[in-house]
Amino acid sequence: MAEPIISIRGLEKKFQSKNSEVYALKGINLDIHQGDIFGIIGRSGAGKSTLVRCINMLERPTGGQVLFEGKDLCRLPECDLREARRSMGMIFQQFNLLMQRTAEENVCFPLELTGTPRETARKRAAELLELVGLSKRASSYPSQLSGGQKQRVAIARALATNPKVLLCDEATSALDPSTTASILALIKDINRRLGITAVVITHEMSVIEKICSHVAIIAGGKIAETGPVEEVFYHPRTEAARTMVMPEALDPERLPQGRVVRIVFTGSSSLEPVIGNMILDCGRPLSILYSDLREIDGAVCGQMVLQLPDDAEACERIYAFAASRGLELEDMKHV
Amino acid sequence: MFDAQMIAMLWEGVVDTIYMTVVSTFLSYVFGMVLGVLLVICRRDGIWPRPVLYGVLDVVVNLTRSFPFLILMIAVIPFTRFLVGTTIGNNATIVPLVIAAAPFVARLIEASLLEVDSGVVEAAQSMGASTWQIIAKVLLPEALPSLLNGSAVAAITILGYSAMSGAVGGGGLGKLAIMYGYNRYQTDIMFATIVLLIIIVQLFQMLGNWATKRSDKRLF
Repeated sequence: MAEPIISIRGLEKKFQSKNSEVYALKGINLDIHQGDIFGIIGRSGAGKSTLVRCINMLERPTGGQVLFEGKDLCRLPECDLREARRSMGMIFQQFNLLMQRTAEENVCFPLELTGTPRETARKRAAELLELVGLSKRASSYPSQLSGGQKQRVAIARALATNPKVLLCDEATSALDPSTTASILALIKDINRRLGITAVVITHEMSVIEKICSHVAIIAGGKIAETGPVEEVFYHPRTEAARTMVMPEALDPERLPQGRVVRIVFTGSSSLEPVIGNMILDCGRPLSILYSDLREIDGAVCGQMVLQLPDDAEACERIYAFAASRGLELEDMKHV
Repeated sequence: MFDAQMIAMLWEGVVDTIYMTVVSTFLSYVFGMVLGVLLVICRRDGIWPRPVLYGVLDVVVNLTRSFPFLILMIAVIPFTRFLVGTTIGNNATIVPLVIAAAPFVARLIEASLLEVDSGVVEAAQSMGASTWQIIAKVLLPEALPSLLNGSAVAAITILGYSAMSGAVGGGGLGKLAIMYGYNRYQTDIMFATIVLLIIIVQLFQMLGNWATKRSDKRLF
């Protein structure tokens, strides 16, 4: 496998208060490869924002390494760090646009910082605004734009210096669901078309599911689990990952009596009515307690939780049926 | 009462007052800008943290601002004489005016710059902006409306100080008010200077408001 573009080794961030030390991050190891959309998910206070801010040194780590293309950013002198930051665009929850500049001038801003001639910068800004679908609003001020439009300008601005990495710190958390979807689609499009690696920080599962290829679950300042999205989401190995991935409805405390299993669909054909056939095959009704499925290119992805009948023989048949279709049944609870 | 001579004198007072105010305000901003920017970037969570320097500047600014203007003006007389060669007249008044107003202006600028959203500063840092670029391209332009608003406040305060300087040899409307209105009991002249001062203050404030509004791209 190729060298990762970002490699985090033993990262630690300690906040010193009057008479105690608080570790926001401890012993973080992550590898992010070129072209990935890497999601980092965690609850508020888990340290996910601190982590992404340590990647471009907005927050200085107190220990460990952040290697970007093999260079340790923690030890770079100030001017080299500024250079490295230009290879990493960043977008924020609150957009952070310059309020006294038009959309176009905002996009030109990072180019001004590098001393790009004005005409070249304006041409580049026009291209980027075109890319994010805002050509018509080039001369609008941020106060005249909606949240989604502001984030588009912010994305265009982040891309102005041709970065290799785009850091997204809760980039969609201030947006409504449909705007969120369009911004995520844009990030995915940019990743595909320009080959830019994206690091996406979020507290929403749906964001990770929609665009990420890899995910790291962060809890209490540590990485609980990391890997490809399907693997971590559908086969969580740690308790922290389970609580993050499982919807609240599936809290073991709240599950009904009886035998409850989880089926994970990772791309089986959507043409066959699997659950319907399963019921016909065992000849007993099943209760669907929870279902979160979606069709991606003709394949079903997601999870479903079923309550099995009490009858042991029917259960046998269900397991056999599932095995024949390549589906995994995972016991949520035995009684 | 208001013969041609008197009117000419009042007019001269107006011109002198405006001259002192404008020049002093300008010079106060030259020094106050440096101080104000340093007060913002040197604080512990600033973009160029230098807590010791911040502490020193903070004390110096507070010290200078504690002096009543009249006392300060007398205290700096030797310095004024050294710089301007005299201690009376418009130019001599400008020296203590700037010394008194620069720290005040520094505080105004500090307050304006602190209003700039720290997220925007962070965004600039994430794009590799240097400290100097952040000051010149983020802090000052983003705070411009607030800075302009503050400049009207500063000019009006300096105008007030300049009138006070009439008591110890300064020129302008303050001198007229004290010489004629106070020493000679010519109430009408006193009254005229007050009206003129009110008009000048109004003009400064209106100019400030207009510039603030015009420069602010956040309001539509």
